[in-house]
Amino acid sequence: MTAAVDLRGVTKSFGAHRVLDDVDLELAEGTVTVVLGPSGSGKSTLLRTINHLEKIDRGQVRVNGTLIGYRQVGDRLHELPERDILRQRSRIGFVFQQFNLFPHLTVLENVVEAPVSAQRRKRSEVEVEARALLERVGLADKAAAYPRQLSGGQQQRVAIARALALQPDVILFDEPTSALDPELVGEVLAVIKELARDGATLVVVTHEVGFAREVADTVVFLDGGRVVEQGPPEQVIDHPVHERTRAFLDRVL
Amino acid sequence: MPSLSTVRRSAPPTTTSSSSSSPPSPPSPPSPAEPTAGASTSAPSAAPAPATHSVPPSGGGPVLTVVPRRNPWTWVGVAGVGLLLAMFVNGLVTNPGWDWVTFGRYFATETVIRALGTTIQLTVLGTVAGFALGLVLAAMRLSSNAFLRTVAWAYIWAFRSIPLIVQLLFWFNIAYLYQTISVGLPFGPSFGSVETNDLFGALGAAVLGLALHQAAYAAEIIRGGIISVDEGQREAASALGIPRRRQFARIVLPQAMRSILPNAANEVISLFKGTSIVSVLAIPELFYQVQVIYGRNSRVVPLLLVATVWYIILTTLLSIGQYYVERHFARGSARSLPPTPLQRLRARWAGIATQAARRPEEVAR
Repeated sequence: MTAAVDLRGVTKSFGAHRVLDDVDLELAEGTVTVVLGPSGSGKSTLLRTINHLEKIDRGQVRVNGTLIGYRQVGDRLHELPERDILRQRSRIGFVFQQFNLFPHLTVLENVVEAPVSAQRRKRSEVEVEARALLERVGLADKAAAYPRQLSGGQQQRVAIARALALQPDVILFDEPTSALDPELVGEVLAVIKELARDGATLVVVTHEVGFAREVADTVVFLDGGRVVEQGPPEQVIDHPVHERTRAFLDRVL
Repeated sequence: MPSLSTVRRSAPPTTTSSSSSSPPSPPSPPSPAEPTAGASTSAPSAAPAPATHSVPPSGGGPVLTVVPRRNPWTWVGVAGVGLLLAMFVNGLVTNPGWDWVTFGRYFATETVIRALGTTIQLTVLGTVAGFALGLVLAAMRLSSNAFLRTVAWAYIWAFRSIPLIVQLLFWFNIAYLYQTISVGLPFGPSFGSVETNDLFGALGAAVLGLALHQAAYAAEIIRGGIISVDEGQREAASALGIPRRRQFARIVLPQAMRSILPNAANEVISLFKGTSIVSVLAIPELFYQVQVIYGRNSRVVPLLLVATVWYIILTTLLSIGQYYVERHFARGSARSLPPTPLQRLRARWAGIATQAARRPEEVAR
C-alpha cells in the first residue's frame, strides 16, 4: 500500500542556511500526524514542500504515490510546468496560519472558488456542497458574510471548509491556531479533531502539545531541519528519548 | 463637516433631553426604557450619545451626560471661506469682463458640442487603449521572465521620457520620416507595404500618441496596485490550485483595484484635460475649437470659460463615477461600508419625518 505522504531525503536551503536536512517521512492514509519543534526548526517549510509551495533542492515528495512538483527523467527531477503543479495542489488542502481568506469575496464564494475554477466542477453543485461544509464547521449562517465581519476562529473555520471543498487526499495545517486569541483556539481544534475522527489524512504543524497528545497518531519532532524523534504521542511526548525533545517539551508544557 | 452635524444633532431632542439630563436618581427611574427609545428613533443616523444615559449607575454615583466635542474654529473657518466665496461670486456677476452673454451664446452651439464629442472620443480611446496596454506592461514587469521584465521596463522608461507633445508631432509627421511602411525582414525582402499617410490621419496619430503615452503611466499605476496586495492572497490562491489567469483576474486584480482606482481616475481626468495638447495637430477638439472661435471674434475670456465649464462638468461626472466604482471594489474591506451621500440624505429626511410625526403625541403626553 502506498503511503498518503512520502518524503525521501528532502533537503532545502535558504542561502547558506539548511532548513531541511535529509528528511524522510512516511505517513499512512487516514492518519493524523502532528509536527512539533522549536521555531526555526523547519516545520512550516517541511509542510510547504508537500504541496510544492516551497521548491526542494534534493529528495522527493510523493502524495498517494504521485511525485509532487517534478517529473522524473532517468535519475533527474525536472520541475513541472506551473499548470500541472496547480492541478496537483488542488488535491492537497492547505490551511494557513493567517487564514488568507479572500477578503473581497463572501464566505460562500471563498469556498466555491477553487472547486469551480481549479477542478472545473459545476457551480450549482459545488454551492450545495459548500453550504453543507459550512454547516459542518458551524458557520451555515455566515455564507453571505465577508471574512472581515468574522472573528479569527470563524475565519479559520471557513479556511478549513475552503480546503475541504476540494475533496483533498490530504490536508496540511500550518500553525492553524497561532494567530488566534486563546479563547478561539478551541473551536478550530474541535473542527480539526472531527476531521480526524472522520478518517481524513491530516498533517498539522502546531504548538498545541495537548492537541497532539489527544488527536495525533504520530508525533514528529523536528529540530535543526532534521527529524529528531517520531512515534505515537505517548512515546514522543510522554517518554521522549532524545535530549532535545525533552528540552523542548519542558519549555512548552 | 462631522463637527457641524454633531453640534446640530445635539440640539433638537429637546423633548427627550429633559428626562436624560434629569438629576441622578437611585437605580430605577419610573420607566427608563421609554426616553431612550424615543431618542434613538428621533436621531436616526447613529447618534450614540443618548443611549448611554439609560444605563443605571453601577456604583450608585451620578449619571454623567456626555457632550460631544465642539470646535468653534470651524465656524470661524466657515465664515472666512464664505466671505471669500461671496467676493468671488460678486466678481463673476458684476465684472462685465466675464461677458456672460457671449458665454451663453456659445456654450451649447453645435460647433462646441461637436468639439466636446471629439475630446470625449480622444479621452475614451486613449484611456481604454492606454490601460489595456498598461495592464499587459504591468504583468510583464511583474513576470518572473527577465526578458519580459526588461522589455516592459524599457518601454516605460522611453515613453515617460519623451514629452507627449514631441511624440504627438512625431506620429503626425511620421510620413515625413517613413513614406511607406513595409512588412519584411530587416535588410531582407519586403512582403508588402502601405502608404503611411493612408494608415492614419491626424486623429489616428493623436489617439496613438495619447494611448502609448498613457500606457506607460497606467502600467506603473497597475503594478503599484498589484504589489500592494498581500502576498498571502496569491499564495492561498495557488495552494488551492486556482489557474494562473484566474488568480490574477479573480483574486489579485479586484483587490489591487482599491489602490489603482484613485490614481487611475487622476490619469483619466488629466488625460481628459490633457487632450487640449492635441490642438497642435489642428484636431477640432474642445480647446482647439474655442481658440478658433475667439481668434475670429476676439472674445477670449468668455470662450475660455465655455471650455472650462465643460471641463468642470465632465470632471465632476467622472469624480462621481469614481466614488461609486471605488465603493464597489471596497466590498469586504470594512465591516460595513459607510452610507453614500444620497443614502445619508434620505436617512436624514426620514429622520426628520418620523420626528415630526412623533412630536404631537409627545406633546399630548
